[in-house]
Amino acid sequence: MKEIAVRAGGQAGDGIASIGESISRSFSRMGLHVFGLNAYQSVIRGGHVWYHSRASEVPVHSQGDHADILYALDRQTVDLHAHILRQHGTVVFDPEKFPLATTDVPAGIQLLAIPTLEIARKYTSQSVLQNAAGIGASAYLAGIPLDIVQKVLADSFGRKAGDVVSWNTNACADGYRFAEGKGLSHPRALAKQGQPKLLMTGNQAIALGAAAAGCKFLVQYPMTPATSIMHWLAAHSRALGVVVKQSEDELASMNMAIGASYAGVRSMTASSGGGFALMTEALGMAGMAEVPVVVVDAARAGPSTGLPTKTEQGDLNLLMGAGQGEWPRAVLAPSDPVEAYRLTVTAFELAEKYQTPVLVLTDFHLAEAMEGVDRSKIDLNVPVPSLFTVEPNGHDYRRYLDTESGVSPRAFPGQAGLNHIALSDEHDEFGHDVSDILAGTPNATAVRVKMMEKRMRKLKGLAKDLPAPVWEGPADAPLTFVAWGSTVGAVRDAMKLLEENGKKTNLLRFPGLYPLDPDVVRSAFARTHKTLLVEGNYSGQFGLLLRGEMGVEFPFRFLKYDGEPFYPHQIVERAEEVL
Amino acid sequence: MADSAVAPIVAPTTPQFPIVGKSQIKPTWCPGCGDYGVVASVEMALKRLKIPSKDVVIVSGIGCSSNLPHFLSSYGFHGIHGRSIPLAEGIRWGNHELTVIATGGDGDGFGIGAGHFIHAMRRNVKLTYVTMDNQIYGLTTGQASPTSTLGQKTKSTPTGVIEYPLDPIALALASGATYVARGFSGDVKHLTDLVAGGIQHKGFSFIDVFSPCVTYNKVNTFDFFRQRVYKLESSGHNPSDLSAAFQRSLEWGDKIPIGLFYSVDRPTYEDMEEVLQVGPLVHQPAGLKGRESVLDEFI
Repeated sequence: MKEIAVRAGGQAGDGIASIGESISRSFSRMGLHVFGLNAYQSVIRGGHVWYHSRASEVPVHSQGDHADILYALDRQTVDLHAHILRQHGTVVFDPEKFPLATTDVPAGIQLLAIPTLEIARKYTSQSVLQNAAGIGASAYLAGIPLDIVQKVLADSFGRKAGDVVSWNTNACADGYRFAEGKGLSHPRALAKQGQPKLLMTGNQAIALGAAAAGCKFLVQYPMTPATSIMHWLAAHSRALGVVVKQSEDELASMNMAIGASYAGVRSMTASSGGGFALMTEALGMAGMAEVPVVVVDAARAGPSTGLPTKTEQGDLNLLMGAGQGEWPRAVLAPSDPVEAYRLTVTAFELAEKYQTPVLVLTDFHLAEAMEGVDRSKIDLNVPVPSLFTVEPNGHDYRRYLDTESGVSPRAFPGQAGLNHIALSDEHDEFGHDVSDILAGTPNATAVRVKMMEKRMRKLKGLAKDLPAPVWEGPADAPLTFVAWGSTVGAVRDAMKLLEENGKKTNLLRFPGLYPLDPDVVRSAFARTHKTLLVEGNYSGQFGLLLRGEMGVEFPFRFLKYDGEPFYPHQIVERAEEVL
Repeated sequence: MADSAVAPIVAPTTPQFPIVGKSQIKPTWCPGCGDYGVVASVEMALKRLKIPSKDVVIVSGIGCSSNLPHFLSSYGFHGIHGRSIPLAEGIRWGNHELTVIATGGDGDGFGIGAGHFIHAMRRNVKLTYVTMDNQIYGLTTGQASPTSTLGQKTKSTPTGVIEYPLDPIALALASGATYVARGFSGDVKHLTDLVAGGIQHKGFSFIDVFSPCVTYNKVNTFDFFRQRVYKLESSGHNPSDLSAAFQRSLEWGDKIPIGLFYSVDRPTYEDMEEVLQVGPLVHQPAGLKGRESVLDEFI
């Protein structure tokens, strides 16, 4: 497998993310498979940030373990990252910014000293232009054709003034030629292959999936790493006809989403764990009042404020336990942008079919990392059926009619003859409150039991409709990885590395986390020999859920809660211990 | 702006659909509760405006007063404590052809829900918010509320309230509300005018109602208010004058004003939200079928 990786590092405010995205997008336009990781901190200026762009001729699912080109905007970048450079690796740096000698880097690593600031000064006094020269040099080393990287830069400035565009493309060409003139190259440099891919983050895929599923109302309060869902839909609000509301808090977000859905509009809200925690009371109301709504939790490392820009899969218990009392819910956990798109559509379909909240759990790593996606895998032709299906039937409309599936006919304000009250109190089939003057009377007690069972019966249907566990790799292997969410990516890459070492493993992954069909899960685990649970949290929350629901035990676990994504080599090492 | 709270009566049309009346559910409030006057006013205002019951949604939170939606024949959503306003806003944005009324109490609206109250006013979302302000927590059997009087003894303040009461009218004026009124449930006709005016107002209308709790508040009784209230409409107040409205909002003691404090025309949130200009969201096309070009930006 031929692959190459470029890492750029510096301080927040240096433009590291733009550098990294330009490289990733260039690779993506070459038709290569790309994974781009933006590692940043909760500061606006200063600190240390880096972006890792990995490209390959075959699919890659994580940031990988190595780099080949390190574009260092400061000395700290060299100190922190030079050790991940593979053989023939190159450090790109400007000696005007800091001195660097071959003795400062591991043996066999070459240095490309390039006067990026001097190049920038040819065009403007704005020193940020140095990045364009650095991008050019890095692109040359990575085998990216000059015209592709120049077009990426030009496109990134959109309709801005012509001078800025030409300064950037010219400085980029200067950097490119400079590197070329030094006679340096990289043996891993890749060539163009196939059609350009779509480069998207998990959050963008979710936003797109929501719009495709007919979501017309997104309400959100800013919280990293969920915020870019709102950014994407806000930028496309007018074109796509989606109202995007920034609310005063997440309590409002959840209630507004429920209100719009009650009025007949497919609605969504998104946050990270802290904001999700604030939504939980209203979420339970949606369960009780039987209002469909989709909620995304892009988890970050907790507890509390935790590590706002670092990743963790620590919110599963929060989602499972959200809201007082018991109400039916489904929890979905996509593992990559394509699945994030598809499962967002599924979330809307399930929410509507079962008239109850569906929760989509991602994490920082999936929310913000960029992956190259084949255009053919994003099918925008999602059927969006009308919600107005109930006809008035005299005076006997029962909004909460007890049915075998637990799902009742749903009418909307504005429809004549179907007036009803939706409510958070316990109620009868008509929506009449049984919580005050009737509470505790024999009839009301019977109604309570009936309605509780009606609502909870939805879980049976949800378990049948939930995306089933997916097998990857050989049908039979001595070791089966069990994983969900963004962790799946690094497991896939680890399986490939293990296979190269002659070790056969497979993967049982769970795009749907709850409610699972016990028969399906038990028969899946009956096919395993030895399992290794891989989760990004302290207690192995999904493992505990499987144990509690179906008695599946995990004697071998690899749990990580350092805030960093899983790296393939870490999983390989743990698997080799277990095997 | 007219200096009267009396709403101009819209030209009557023959309603194709039933208009709002009482539901089959009888109110569960204590005998003599101020909230009876409020539900009567809301019903009469909707009848006067001849709005079909299918197009009305009454939203509430939690508390004695929040049971109100059950007692009328419109659509309704009885939500959770303090959140009637964001729920009502979501309904409005989902379908802005609906007449949306949020009802609640002083604990619900000015305590736990105060944040939403302020923001709905600065947004000028078109909905009518009627608070049954009894200056006490009734349903939880008598604790101090944000509008309880300084020194008032309640179950949670046995030696007297030590916090200065919140002034809902002044808060509304400061928050950019475009229709600010105060009614008294002991004067149903006057209150009906204020509610009808609020429903017709283009923007957020707020009607704070003195709605005495006959069980737990022995200070702010019907008699207390009957002896003190006077009508702004008969006192030369100009409701288009914000400074005068602030002045009047500060009056408390032997004379307490009721009526329309302030009313002004300002674009509503729904007027300003571009997506809603082509019609109610609920009736707009949804999905991305045939919108392939939306993927181009990802290349």
